Parts: sequence; structure tokens; C-alpha cells
Amino acid sequence: MESAADHIAVLTPDDLETPPISLRQLTWRRFRRHKLAFVGAVVLMMLFVYSFGGAFFVSEDYANFNDTTISLNAPSQIHPFGTDAIGRDILARTIYGGQISLLIGMTAVIVETVLGILVGALAGYYGGVVDNILMRITEAMLNIPEIFLLIVMAKFFGGKIPDIIFFGRVLSGSVVLIVLIIGGTAWMYLARIVRAEFLSLKERDFVLAARATGTRNTDIIFMHILPNCLAPIIVTATLGVANAILTEAYISFLGLGVQPPTATWGNMLDSANNYLESAPWLWIFPGLLILLTVLSINFLGDGLRDALDPRSRAV
Amino acid sequence: MGRYILRRFLQGIPLLFIISIILFVLMMNMGDPIATMGGRTLTRPEDRLRLTRQLGLDKPIYIQYIYWLVGNDWAKVDLNGDGIAESSGTRHGILRGDFGTSLVNRGVPVIQVIAERLPNTLLLMIASEIVVIIGALLVGIYSALRQYSAFDHFLTAILFVGYSMPIFFVGLLSMYIFSVLFKRWGLPYLPTVGMFDPAVGRTFGQVVLHMILPVLTMSFVSFASYSRYIRSTMLEVMSQDYIRTAKSKGLPRATVLFIHALKNASLPIVTIVGLDLPFLLGGAVVTERIFAWPGTGRLFLDHVARSDLPVVMGILMLIAFAVVVFQIITDVVYAWLDPRIRFEA
Repeated sequence: MESAADHIAVLTPDDLETPPISLRQLTWRRFRRHKLAFVGAVVLMMLFVYSFGGAFFVSEDYANFNDTTISLNAPSQIHPFGTDAIGRDILARTIYGGQISLLIGMTAVIVETVLGILVGALAGYYGGVVDNILMRITEAMLNIPEIFLLIVMAKFFGGKIPDIIFFGRVLSGSVVLIVLIIGGTAWMYLARIVRAEFLSLKERDFVLAARATGTRNTDIIFMHILPNCLAPIIVTATLGVANAILTEAYISFLGLGVQPPTATWGNMLDSANNYLESAPWLWIFPGLLILLTVLSINFLGDGLRDALDPRSRAV
Repeated sequence: MGRYILRRFLQGIPLLFIISIILFVLMMNMGDPIATMGGRTLTRPEDRLRLTRQLGLDKPIYIQYIYWLVGNDWAKVDLNGDGIAESSGTRHGILRGDFGTSLVNRGVPVIQVIAERLPNTLLLMIASEIVVIIGALLVGIYSALRQYSAFDHFLTAILFVGYSMPIFFVGLLSMYIFSVLFKRWGLPYLPTVGMFDPAVGRTFGQVVLHMILPVLTMSFVSFASYSRYIRSTMLEVMSQDYIRTAKSKGLPRATVLFIHALKNASLPIVTIVGLDLPFLLGGAVVTERIFAWPGTGRLFLDHVARSDLPVVMGILMLIAFAVVVFQIITDVVYAWLDPRIRFEA
């Protein structure tokens, strides 16, 4: 009869050890096991296909075409999502509105991330007076509730930017403005996170080594320290996209966001109040799309947080 | 402890100054306050100049800020435009409690304009905070105790959806379901607009009835995040050694749960309640807009649209002040509840 020991003796060390996996593979494996995050990623991709692929089937002129004789029609075969107060097709507008909403979400996060990293890195790396001044400003901005700051800033910069042409489309200049405002009022959390990372990382030996070899400060900040705090930045930025889309919806809902005829999911909801009873399709479809997008991004961010967590040992 | 609180307050003062400077600069381009003040009758350029001088808008921004801060009754201002400062100013500045007068409701002090609306907003906020805390405690504890049960999974999913819901969508949906659909189905339905039915008058019952939907809307999003939070802190505490000890001593389940576990789990809850104030205020703006609730949020939106700078600035400074004070209170309460934290003043 064979004993278990015989079996083990036959195996060479190479058979026993699985080949080492890289950090990227490890992260991917952890992410894949997070079912909800995976579902979130898939739904998000479908939303992108919906709003960018949909553009091949309906033209923007059709989305902005208004015919008051068919205003506030209920969903039907010709207009599956119904029509709005001046007879525009809601389905077509959710497609083009989705493009703008998603673009605003992503570009605002780029602005937010750049600002957050700059402020956080400078404050954390240099410390002292720089840190003091930057962090006081950050704290001051955090103490004004975001929506109030947004309203004031939207009003402050409003009505100045001319229409722009982007990939052959004429966009209301307010799109750029909203991106800058959302990015400009959301960087504070990221700045705090980056600062905290920098404070601990700058004491490490590799930074000392870099400094000893005469590396310039900007290189130490961006080439040596920054790559080490990418994980929290990626997670915050992902969740930031959801936040930016929500924020755009809030200020557009209040009538201070992107101006028509450019559609966004948010400004399609503007004045939805007045049609609450008579035309629920006016606000249900864009509202559901916002909810779906934010929900899937939140799931995705949650999964990324778990997958990128260096303390997590799950494989 | 006293020294710690004092130090925190002293730190808050420069913070409020920075906030006021940022906001004051932003106020410089908030539309045309003179058009608001003059109404439609203002056509002559002389009138514009006169009002500009009266509001002090002809001065450089730092002088305007100083006047706003400490008033101008100690300085001479030029009102008739002959280049000689002859009459003394009338403002006392916010440091002496004078927020100026509203431009829309001409001559009414800002304090009075805000004070008329503030109780309505506080009513909404306090009611929803109570709903949120009680609801989230029940749901959070229950699902923590039944971790990985079907109920827990169901709840986690629902809370994630709630957490991702835009407040206005919650508001519109709840209005549609509880008012429009209920009415259609012949059920008793809830009112959606305003604070009371003008035909009945402002009675207690009316206000409560009109409050239900706005409070529901405002509490929904916070409820979701609080419940998730309470669930995770409860789970953490329940796996601690002292809970096992308490259980093995044979203490009744309720004692273990509420005296040993909840007391320790409630510590982090104090912080989120305290720091949630800005979000609650933001939610109030949207909620009041949807439900036409006559509160500070709607006051803010209306007066921003009409460039009533003194009122807008007054509301913003009050909010910033409230947020700073609440942070200090949160820190103090937290430290007071947690004996591991000692003050080093």
C-alpha cells in the first residue's frame, strides 16, 4: 500500500510551486472574484455602447429636432421613450445626453485628479508653510457644502464661454464650464489622501536614496513617490466619476448646469417637476440611466478597492 | 478639556476668515445687484451710479470686504458723487452682527430674511436626522446579526441602490408613487407641494402631513450610507474578545447586544452624524426645490438667481459657521465618549 509520503517524494519542487504571478495578475484575479464589481463593469460597458453606439442609429439633429405638435406624447412605437415638452424624442436625447454626461463625468475626474495630486503632493512633500497654506485652503473649501459652492461658481463663471466644436458637434460652452467647476470643487478629498500617502512615503529609504543621488524634487515626486500611491488614487478617481455624474445632474436639475439644446441626463430632468403627473416618462428614463450608471460605477469602485488593497492576501 | 475646546475654536476662526474671503471674491460676479435693487424702473445711468455708490460697489474689493466685515460707520463715504467723502456709513459689519439688508426685499435685514426661513429647514433636517438614525440603527444592527442571510444580502443590494440614488430622483419617484399613483388608485394620498394647505391653514397636522415626503426624500440617501456603516462597525465589534467574554459569562443577549456591543459600535457613528451636516444641507436645497418647501435652501436658490448678494453671503457664512462648529462638537463628543482619547492641550 502506498503512503502519502511516497507521492510527495515523487514531486519535484517545480511541480509544487505555482509560477509566481505578477501584481497585475493578482489584482485581476481578485477583481474577477468580486462578482458585483464584474457585473458593474459589464453594465457600464453596455451604457457606453448605448450612448456612443446609439449615435450610429440616430443623428444629433434628430435628438434636437422639435415638433410641438407631438409634445408630451406617451411612449409609443415611433418614440419608445415618449417625447418631451417641445416634442423632442426622449430616446434620442438619452443617447446624446448620455455621451455628454459620461464625458463630463470622466473629464471632470481628470481635472479633479490633477488638482488633487498637485495640491496633495506639494503639501505632503514640502510640508511646512506650503503644507499649512494648502491644507487651510483645502479645509476651507471642504467646509462649504459642495452644492452651494457649485451653485455660486456656476453663477460666477456662467454665460462667458462661447459654443465649442468637438468632433464635429456643436456643444454648449457650458459643458466645459461644468467640467471645470465640478473638478474644481471635488479635489479636496483626493488631495488629503495623496498628502497622507506622501507624508509616510517620503520618509522611506528609496526616497532618501533618490535624494542622495541628486534626483530633482519634481522627479522624486512624480517618478518615485507618486507611482507608489496609485492604488488609492485609482479607487478615488473611479468613485469620483460617479460623483461627477451625480453632481452634473444636480446642478443641471437646478437649471444652472449645461444649457440646452445640448442634452445631458441631468438637464433632461430640469422642470420635470411640472410634468410629474402628466408625463412621468420625461424623468423616469434619464433618472434610471443616471441611477444605473452611478450604481455600476460604485460597484466597480468597490471591487477595485478590494482588488488593489495591498494588505489583502486573498488570491 | 476646556483648553482643548478653546483651542479648537481658536483654530476655527482663521478657517472662517479664509472661507469668507473665498466666498466674497466669488460674490463679485454674481450678476447685477443694482438691477435687482432698482427693479424695472431703473433706466437712467445717474441712478445706477447713485446705487453703486450706495452699495459701496465703487470701492476696490478689499475695501468692500473690510466694510462687509467691520462695517463703514467709522469711515466717510461719498454718496452724492462729487468726489468728497462727506456722509458717514451706516453698516456695522458682520463681526458686529450686521449682515446688511436684502436687495430683493428692500430694506429688510438679512438676519430677518434668513430667520423667517431657518426654522422650516431645521424642522426638515432634524426630522430626517431622527428618521435616519433610528432606521439605520435598526436595519444596520439587524443585518449585522444575520450576516450572510438572505435578508442581509437583499438589504445590502437595496442599500447600494439607495446610496447611488440622486436625491431628486428619490423625490420625484416618491411623489409619483405616494401622491399621483395613490390618488389614481383611490387610496389616501400625500400632498406634494408646500408646507400646508392654504385652505386649512398652518396647523400641526397639516405641517406633519406635508413633511412626510420631503423627510423621506432627504433621509433616503443618508439612511443607506449610515446603515452600511453601522452594519460594518457592528460586525467588527461583535467579533471582539470582550463580546465573547460577555457571552460566555452568560449575560442575557440583550445586555450583550445593547450594553457591550452597541455602545462601542456607536462611537464611529457619532462622527458620521456630525460630519454629515454639509450633505444634509445640500440635500435640503434639492428637496426644498422639489417640494416647494419654504426653507433656507429655496431662499438661497431664489436669491442667487436674483443676485441678492447680502442674503446669499449671509446664508453661506451661516452654513460655514454651522459646519465648523459641528466639527468641533463632533470631536469633543467623540473624545468624551472614548476614554482612550486624552486631551493634550
